[in-house]
Amino acid sequence: MSSGLALLLALIAVGGLYSATAPESTAQDSGLSVEAMAGQEIYENGCITCHGRNLQGVEDQGPSLIGVGEAAVYFQVGTGRMPLAQNEAQAQRKTPAYDDAEVNQLMAYIQANGGGPTLPDEGDLREGELAEGGELFRLNCASCHNFAGRGGALSGGKNAPALTESTDLDIYTAMLSGPQNMPVFGDNQLTPEQKRSIINYVQTLKETADPGGAGIGRAGPVPEGLVIWVVGITVCLVVCVWVGSRA
Amino acid sequence: MSTSAPARPATPIGRAASGADERLTIAGPLRRTLNKVFPDHWSFLLGEIALYTFVILLLTGTYLTFFFDASMEEVVYDGSYDPLRGVEMSKAYATSLDISFDVRGGLLMRQIHHWAALLFVAAIVVHLMRTFFTGAFRKPREANWMIGVALLVLGILEGVFGYSLPDDLLSGTGLRIINAIIMSIPVIGTWTAFAIFGGEFPGEVIIARFYILHVLLIPGILLALISAHLLLIVKNKHTQFPGPGRTEDNVVGKRFFPVFAVKSGGFFMVVFGLTAALGGLVQINPIWLYGPYNPGLVSAGSQPDWYVGFLDGSTRLFPPWDLYIFGYNIPPLFWPTIVMPGILFTLLALYPIIEAKLTKDTAHHNLLQRPRDVPVRTAIGAMALAFYTVLWISGGNDLIADKFNISLNAMTWVGRIGLIVLPPIAYWVAYRLCLGLQQHDRQVLEHGVETGIIRRLPHGEFIEVHQPLGPVDAHGHGSLQYGGAPVPKRMNHIGGLGRAVKGFFTPIEDAAPRHDPALDEERQVELTGSGRPKDTEA
Repeated sequence: MSSGLALLLALIAVGGLYSATAPESTAQDSGLSVEAMAGQEIYENGCITCHGRNLQGVEDQGPSLIGVGEAAVYFQVGTGRMPLAQNEAQAQRKTPAYDDAEVNQLMAYIQANGGGPTLPDEGDLREGELAEGGELFRLNCASCHNFAGRGGALSGGKNAPALTESTDLDIYTAMLSGPQNMPVFGDNQLTPEQKRSIINYVQTLKETADPGGAGIGRAGPVPEGLVIWVVGITVCLVVCVWVGSRA
Repeated sequence: MSTSAPARPATPIGRAASGADERLTIAGPLRRTLNKVFPDHWSFLLGEIALYTFVILLLTGTYLTFFFDASMEEVVYDGSYDPLRGVEMSKAYATSLDISFDVRGGLLMRQIHHWAALLFVAAIVVHLMRTFFTGAFRKPREANWMIGVALLVLGILEGVFGYSLPDDLLSGTGLRIINAIIMSIPVIGTWTAFAIFGGEFPGEVIIARFYILHVLLIPGILLALISAHLLLIVKNKHTQFPGPGRTEDNVVGKRFFPVFAVKSGGFFMVVFGLTAALGGLVQINPIWLYGPYNPGLVSAGSQPDWYVGFLDGSTRLFPPWDLYIFGYNIPPLFWPTIVMPGILFTLLALYPIIEAKLTKDTAHHNLLQRPRDVPVRTAIGAMALAFYTVLWISGGNDLIADKFNISLNAMTWVGRIGLIVLPPIAYWVAYRLCLGLQQHDRQVLEHGVETGIIRRLPHGEFIEVHQPLGPVDAHGHGSLQYGGAPVPKRMNHIGGLGRAVKGFFTPIEDAAPRHDPALDEERQVELTGSGRPKDTEA
């Protein structure tokens, strides 16, 4: 009898303890903002297959998104790289699958889970020193993106994309989040002012006309060699045949 | 001296000419030169492109020297190009930027100079291919072939030095690779590199040293060798293709003056116009985009100019084999950048001697060969071109990989396998093509030209009418022998179409009445498809 009472008391104690400490699912849901909850819905429809139920990632499918921050979402989803069209060496820029409002909702959801780099404060993202930006670009970026930001090959089918279509915010968030093969350039590696200088340099180069004529890709001597053989030598040969056949 | 001197010339020009001859005794040599005969063939003009671009290079290069300062002293840029203002750089780079942005006509001159340099080496290569495939290098012209190969090598070196001068990020990267290549030579490499660069890379003297090589020494040698090249053409006479009236002992063509001189003058203008158009319309070597050189930096897609691309390619394809011999390291860079080009250029220079040895051919040759008539040589040439082209494409394999979305690793392996597999395939294909073309020539000589006229005989047989090129025997076979000259293959080659009507935009004459010799039964015997003369059927 006493043992039965003790069991009852123990059950009550355990039950009470459980109800006091158990994770309260409804309470956590209400911790998300309305926007983040909308983002979660998008996530569970479009992203969950590769990034997992709890953003923890799926092996060989997609990395964990805990702590990547809204900057990563802005870059990956805003430029259409995510969701992936297929599993390949690297996500390609394409028409975004989600509109701006949906991207914002996703950003809120990811930011609510582990935080991470956020979008820069309002202001002109090109507010930086042009020449300093050039120095920093050549030091940090040109070895993969080429001297004029026209992109370059990496190993195994990966590449550093051309920056020709990138907006100021694309470049800023890419530096903050380090997408794919790109290293992260956090604010302790490149200060926000230095980031703005680099963006100023990249966008100024893009908007500057080529003083020497057709830019032929701004890709160095390979297109120049192509031009001299395809145009130069061909014209010379045609003229040779023409001059040689005139008596 | 003749005792019966000609009468004094009466015209002012004649008196001036006679006065000059009395002082310089120039009439004889001048007459010989002006009367010199040049054979007519478009492929004989290829070397002239190189000559004309060399003249353009001297002219534009001289202009650039007025404003360029080959100093590695550090200065702070304060010119017109905003994105670099305030940046520390060498004087060489700063003055190159000044030429591009602040000197009147400077950018145009720089661009013409660079395009002309690319065209110079390209024209040498095309000219070399013509000389090779037609056997123009055979005795007595072996020495001139070797001078030509020396011109090619010096032209490439001259280009490399010029590429290094502006001291931008790209040219500095090139210098770094040159330094590494020299260092890879066993035993002497390190000390040679120290001697050339005046100590550790980059040092402070290399731009000034390359500058004097680029503007004085190598152009001087090039000029001397070009003169020797041309003098040897005068001495040995020009080669010509076999044809009517052309023998080993004559030259059939146009005299230097006036026809050839007019053609050459016009051609020079065209080449000058072409390089000027490229220089004005297409941007080349935008040094302001590269930024100043800093040994710690390198840009993606750093490439040499096209004529060094094959060495870049060989370096990319060669496996990373580090050898140790008696404790001395031979770096992998040594094989693709010193040994391979050394072997290639030695073989190229000695090819006339090698071929003469192997074919036991010691005769004097003034008549050229059609490539199809020497299948082995043509096939060797095709093989060499395939080898070179694979190396060349591999030199830009990162750009091809990037622009065409191909894996860079796949490009490297395609190059490695292609370098071994493609040359033998090219040899075999070229060899078979040569034999096929030879057989077709002989077939036409024997059976006549296909007229395209199909005739139905009374008993129902269809035949194609063939036009014999000469007299035929009882079986309708032609008796002409192949003489190394092109054989007409179509009716319009033998006048079937008649002469083209004159006039560039609109005809300036009435079309001549059409005359078809194939239908002229009085003059020629028609052949049936089986080779029987037509009249045997009657």
